[in-house]
Amino acid sequence: MRNDQLTLAPARGPSGPRNGRALPPWVSTTALLMPTYGWLTIAVFLPLLTMFAFSFLSATPMGKAPIVFTLKQYRAFFDQPYLVGIGITSLLIGFWTTLICAILGFLAAVALVRSTFGKTREMLLILILLPFWTNGLVRVFSWTMVLRENGFLDSLLHMVAPDAGSIGFLYTRYAIVVGLVHGYLPYMILTCYIALVTIDDAIIEAAASLGARWWTILFKILLPLAAPGLISGAVLTFVPVIGSFMEPRILGGRVGVTMGTVIEDQFTQAFNWPLGASLSFTLLAVVLAIFATFSGVLRRGTAA
Amino acid sequence: MKSLGRFYLIATLVFLYTPILVMMAMGFNESQLYELPFTFSTRWYDALWNNKILLTAGMNSIIIALITSVVATALGTMASVALSRRTFRGKSLLQLMLLPPIAIPWLITGTAMLIFFYWSGIGRGMHALLIGHVALAIPYVVLVVGTGFRTIRADLEEAAMSLGSTPVHAFFSVTLPLLYPSILGAALFAFAVSLDQFVISYFLATPGYTTLPVQIYSSIRKGFTPEINAISTVLLLGSMTVILIFARFAKPGDTRDKR
Repeated sequence: MRNDQLTLAPARGPSGPRNGRALPPWVSTTALLMPTYGWLTIAVFLPLLTMFAFSFLSATPMGKAPIVFTLKQYRAFFDQPYLVGIGITSLLIGFWTTLICAILGFLAAVALVRSTFGKTREMLLILILLPFWTNGLVRVFSWTMVLRENGFLDSLLHMVAPDAGSIGFLYTRYAIVVGLVHGYLPYMILTCYIALVTIDDAIIEAAASLGARWWTILFKILLPLAAPGLISGAVLTFVPVIGSFMEPRILGGRVGVTMGTVIEDQFTQAFNWPLGASLSFTLLAVVLAIFATFSGVLRRGTAA
Repeated sequence: MKSLGRFYLIATLVFLYTPILVMMAMGFNESQLYELPFTFSTRWYDALWNNKILLTAGMNSIIIALITSVVATALGTMASVALSRRTFRGKSLLQLMLLPPIAIPWLITGTAMLIFFYWSGIGRGMHALLIGHVALAIPYVVLVVGTGFRTIRADLEEAAMSLGSTPVHAFFSVTLPLLYPSILGAALFAFAVSLDQFVISYFLATPGYTTLPVQIYSSIRKGFTPEINAISTVLLLGSMTVILIFARFAKPGDTRDKR
């Protein structure tokens, strides 16, 4: 199938003696690509298709119950109104996490570009990115040590005011947002930094010498120029955040019910795979809509 | 302004590292209930040595990460050769197909794998984890090796061929040695991706075969002791080391052309 689409590789430069039975280029191109795309088909694309089919089943096909084709799993949002509330909670958590990451990350990227250079900047960048590539679960767990009652935050407070009560806010939505911001901030800093680092210093010096104040430079020059980085950072934060389930579980406790935890429950507790599949697919539709909307910006961002 | 910027960056680092350092410190605190004042003790690390479940899960994680690294690097490098050096129709579609494993939330990919592997009879367990981890690591390998390709001039290979080398020989004697740093970097990256992977593993693990992150998650939910801090510290330092070595090969955020 795929072979038919392949055309010959362009003519090579001056070619020396080859052995006479050289295969046409498309054969080797296919051979090089086949293992990777075969693997991805089995591990990712077929599973997504199967899940799509499962989302139309009336029950998990494991017991004796007859299985029929139905749209009822997609009606869940109307039949079970609490799901709408959970969906809104997920979107709100995603919104606040993305907004806070964008503000903090943009400022950090500006600080990196404007107040550091050379080896120091390289070191800071590695230090900022290092946590991002370590285990997210462990980092979320770390926050329970800080936010719990009599945790690190309370200890700090009690050093200043020994009689104060607890300000630990573990098992609240604030805790979830703090944990998620911690998780995705490094990425936002990186995408903004990549956008800002190409800006010519002369532009800013020119603006300053013409009398522009720092806020004019920040909002009229740096912010517009960092916009592609901000947008790709925002997309790449928002998308995983609305699909997160361990952060709300661990940091939210009983208030941490989100789309992610509901889907997790369908597969691990309630054993209602078709409902889980339809919710997963609804989430996927949201994700794909976001990617489609911002595809132009994202492509420029990754091409840089 | 400059000092304000530096102060802000230091504050950012404090925010990023404080919870991690607190978590690590509590692994060295005597109290089982994380009570303060801090009393130094290695009892949780001693306990770790006798915790068969955590040690087995840790061993599983390392074995899976090693196999994933080797397989994903081999397959991804091959694909990268075709995507970087050949011209053919449908190439941009194939490049687009590398994105879903990275871009779709792992919760969706993981539950989809669970359904398909169950339905097709592949089942769960070690082999299922390997199929999933390799699929997640391949796109990163293609990206890292592809970046390496961009820094190597294609005409070097052509020069070798014009001097009488066969294409295969030219690739192995000219291009591949120049690519080694990228390939090694990609292998390290794939190792780290697999070692830290939790969501996919969570849906594909069985009670009898888990990885370290899955075991840590179930411990966190069921009630835990500072032993979890100890093993988390080991895991964190392990993956930080791998990533720092990787950073030596391919500088993150460095998009300059080294040509």
